[in-house]
Amino acid sequence: MSRSALLVLADGRFPAGGHAHSGGAEAAVAAGRITDAASLEDFCRGRLHTTGLVSAALAASAALGADPAELDAAADARTPSPALRTAARRLGRQLLRAARATWPSDELDGLARRFPKGAHQPVVLGLTARAAGLGPADAAHCAVHESVSGPATATVRLLGLDPFDATAVSARLAPEADRVVERAVDAARRVAGEGVDALPAASAPLLEILAEAHAGWSVRLFAS
Amino acid sequence: MHLDHAPAHHGPAAVSADVTRPDGARRALRIGLGGPVGSGKTATVAALCRALRDEVSLAVVTNDIYTREDAEFLRREAVLPPERITAVETGACPHTAIRDDISANLEAVEDLEDGVGPLDLILVESGGDNLTATFSKGLVDAQIFVIDVAGGDDIPRKGGPGVTTADLLVVNKTDLAPYVGADLGRMAADARTQRAHLPVVFQSLRDGAGVRDVAGWVRERLTAWTA
Ligand SMILES: Nc1nc2c(ncn2[C@@H]2O[C@H](COP(=O)(O)OP(=O)(O)O)[C@@H](O)[C@H]2O)c(=O)[nH]1
Ligand SMILES: [Mg+2]
Repeated sequence: MSRSALLVLADGRFPAGGHAHSGGAEAAVAAGRITDAASLEDFCRGRLHTTGLVSAALAASAALGADPAELDAAADARTPSPALRTAARRLGRQLLRAARATWPSDELDGLARRFPKGAHQPVVLGLTARAAGLGPADAAHCAVHESVSGPATATVRLLGLDPFDATAVSARLAPEADRVVERAVDAARRVAGEGVDALPAASAPLLEILAEAHAGWSVRLFAS
Repeated sequence: MHLDHAPAHHGPAAVSADVTRPDGARRALRIGLGGPVGSGKTATVAALCRALRDEVSLAVVTNDIYTREDAEFLRREAVLPPERITAVETGACPHTAIRDDISANLEAVEDLEDGVGPLDLILVESGGDNLTATFSKGLVDAQIFVIDVAGGDDIPRKGGPGVTTADLLVVNKTDLAPYVGADLGRMAADARTQRAHLPVVFQSLRDGAGVRDVAGWVRERLTAWTA
């Protein structure tokens, strides 16, 4: 495990397309569900324990060497909204481009050949972690961090929320995020014996529904 | 690395600025158009499409800030078949999408080459931004910065990366100069000072002045690219 490589991968400025996505925050702001730091924290906590957990387990599993195609199918099955599946593949493709340039590896090249239009982002994230010499917990940490920091930074832009308050939300959720990582890695370790059904399938129906509505808006700041 | 890397360029293929496509063919020349909101970037893209579409195979990527209006405008004007025009969403930060994190734009460019290629030229219009927004060399091979006389005739004097370093500076809407009291002579002199030998075109899409010069500059770039 290289902490420095982990920081490179987890950096919000890592150029993998995330800046154009709000993690559901834009739709939640419009629906009046996020209005301030407190409601942002509730939103992020919900995301952490659903999308965050599932993404982290997928990423950890990919980092442990599970078959990417099986993981990608498992991600599909855990993402009811077509708009979110499209967004996840798009982000996966963008991450793969950045990862291949940053940590060239045969495994990443193989993934690009197998999924020319992109695999689910957490799957790519796990393989990127491998290419960077990182382990399953590192991959899971990146996934849960993104699941919270994405909506938090988007809300700064959408609501003009005080950036210190938004960052404090991420910090307050950190201990919970650590526990989610442990659960995700435990599940991922079971995949070798039990198959991808060992992965968690926590879902957030409202995120899925709002994402479908958001995809139909003609005026929006974020792609998802 | 395996397969398809470009000469004088190591690392994985088709990642960003590589000059060959995965199949070994030379990719399209990419030209970026940047500049403040409303300066005439989309109108310049439309004019370029009309001037060049019978000579070369081309496509357009637009980067709108919160709508797809530029792409829709270009489709409505029928400057190109609709499948040759793609809109990228930029998440409230147009300069990020063309400079700091170019992933979505590279994807759009690749999809156009895959879908409607082979292409000779792809025009990438940035979402209107401030005077510091320039394109990454990983995304475009050359860039045009479009300002207009109504935005203030002191913009060339103020400089900034767009005005100073763009491969071509277009000062648009010269037809409006008399109405806004813009001093074109002063703008030209200031631009010369800021840009040394780099070219400047004064253009009006209303009366057609300069339109041929901008298209001519793009043709020269194309010739150099394919040489
Ligand atoms: N008078 C005048 N108007 C122009 C000219 N070029 C563009 N416009 C108008 O300026 C407005 C903004 O142009 P647009 O191309 O959308 O700007 P963009 O935001 O830079 O893409 C539109 O209403 C155009 O018709 C010009 O040369 N002269
Ligand atoms: Mg425009």
